[in-house]
Amino acid sequence: MNWTWFHRLASPPHFYRIAGQLLPWLAIPAALLLAGGIFGGLVLAPPDYQQSDAFRIIYIHAPSAWLSLMCYTVMATAAAVGLIWRIKLAHAVAAATAPIGASFTALALATGSLWGRPMWGTWWEWDARLTSELILLFLYLGYMALRSSFDDLTRADRASALLAVVGVVNVPIIHFSVYWWNSLHQGATVMKLGRSEMPASMLVPLLMCLLGSTLLYGALLCARVRAEVLERERQASWLSGLVK
Amino acid sequence: MSDVERFLAMGGYARFVWPAYALWAAVIAGNVWSAWRALDRARTRALRRLAARAAESPDGSRA
Amino acid sequence: MNTATLQAPIVSPGHAAVVLVRRELRLAWRRWGQSLHPVIFFLMVTTLFPLALSPESARLRLIAGGVVWVGALLSSLLALETLFRADLDDGTLEQLVLSGQPLAALMLAKTLAHWLLSGVPLVLATPVALGALAVPASAFGPVMLGILLGTGVLSFVGGIGAALTLGTRRGSVLLSLLVLPLVMPVLIFGARAADLAIRGEPFSGGLLLLTAMLVLTVTLAPLATAAAIRICLE
Repeated sequence: MNWTWFHRLASPPHFYRIAGQLLPWLAIPAALLLAGGIFGGLVLAPPDYQQSDAFRIIYIHAPSAWLSLMCYTVMATAAAVGLIWRIKLAHAVAAATAPIGASFTALALATGSLWGRPMWGTWWEWDARLTSELILLFLYLGYMALRSSFDDLTRADRASALLAVVGVVNVPIIHFSVYWWNSLHQGATVMKLGRSEMPASMLVPLLMCLLGSTLLYGALLCARVRAEVLERERQASWLSGLVK
Repeated sequence: MSDVERFLAMGGYARFVWPAYALWAAVIAGNVWSAWRALDRARTRALRRLAARAAESPDGSRA
Repeated sequence: MNTATLQAPIVSPGHAAVVLVRRELRLAWRRWGQSLHPVIFFLMVTTLFPLALSPESARLRLIAGGVVWVGALLSSLLALETLFRADLDDGTLEQLVLSGQPLAALMLAKTLAHWLLSGVPLVLATPVALGALAVPASAFGPVMLGILLGTGVLSFVGGIGAALTLGTRRGSVLLSLLVLPLVMPVLIFGARAADLAIRGEPFSGGLLLLTAMLVLTVTLAPLATAAAIRICLE
């Protein structure tokens, strides 16, 4: 298989240029999808039979939870690539993804709590999903804390990358153990509204929000990694050609 | 109750739904602003470095 | 003389590991007071709960499993700080890396010794804590076994964290932040098994899961620890 596209992408000047071109193609569809999805979710979708209008939080909660998991996967994969092939840009991708993932994990927790209050009667419930999200937030924070504790950038990259990889191995174990633990205590609360039961008017805005959030992440990543590239490639001569 | 009022009331759950949406808007705005600021700052610093290097070479004071 | 011309090590990795374990034990024996610190901490932490909650036996028995496990977890974290600190300071760690032996084997030895030195005393102190929490003696055995397995996992996973935070500022708080999310499954299953044992119900499932986790950790963690040491020393 021809791997030149991969190596070219790993080269900072090429990545900088490609990311710059890609950004509008990600940001504009993201904005449109999110706007349309939120509008559809808030206004057009009918109220739920059991949860009335409170279910509308799903249009924020589900995409946040999805992003939190997706970002961790991307972060760990980029970290692994950076460790194995020693590609600095991969470390930049991981570093850029972490704060985005962490903020959406926190949002998933907050919206989960806000959704839970009317449904379960308490602000926090040790629901398996929420507990897993909480542990995921700790994993993100650990990654960011470790990064910032090193003065040397290379060491920071590699140490936090190793942590991300170790963490990702743990994520399935954590999920399994938390679900098992929760099932013991007759978790009263499984967030209902399984997707198969949803009519199209409810489902379509949700899919729009999910897709829009993913594209938003892509756009944010392009911007942040471009910034990282500029910071890291201090002496490179290609800068004068591209930075205007 | 007018349609707008009914919409804002969210079936009685307004105090949960609207803060949730507000938080979401804040997180997205925060991320966008932070990414924009990072890129902007990096670009300014890079341009400044280039200008400094261009100023040095005609003098020949640095290789 | 570059490393290419150095001859292959004349000692097998297994033998080197044994030597390293013996060294750790001997060093700890000279300062055996140090090994007691985590135990004392453990006993103090477990006594905090009756003081903070209530001295009622029935109530204490309900929380005993969890309290003992959280105490063991926190004490292990405390003990982890000494895993590499001394060796880093006196240059032994660099010698281990340069020795030509597979670093993972040496890391296995170090964490194994650490488990013997910090985990085993905790296991021996567990009956004291359990007794203080009004747990019947019949449950002591299973809970101690669980703690033994659990402290093993904690030593090995903690070793990765200790290696990653070597020489960084604010090392100990950062270490806890890194290690705790990774060991939550151990806490969940271990405390659950302890609770079942205290209530007199079948607990073997939990102990088997802990054993499985220990096996997984012992095989994989030394590799990650070795990689982390290399990253921090290069």
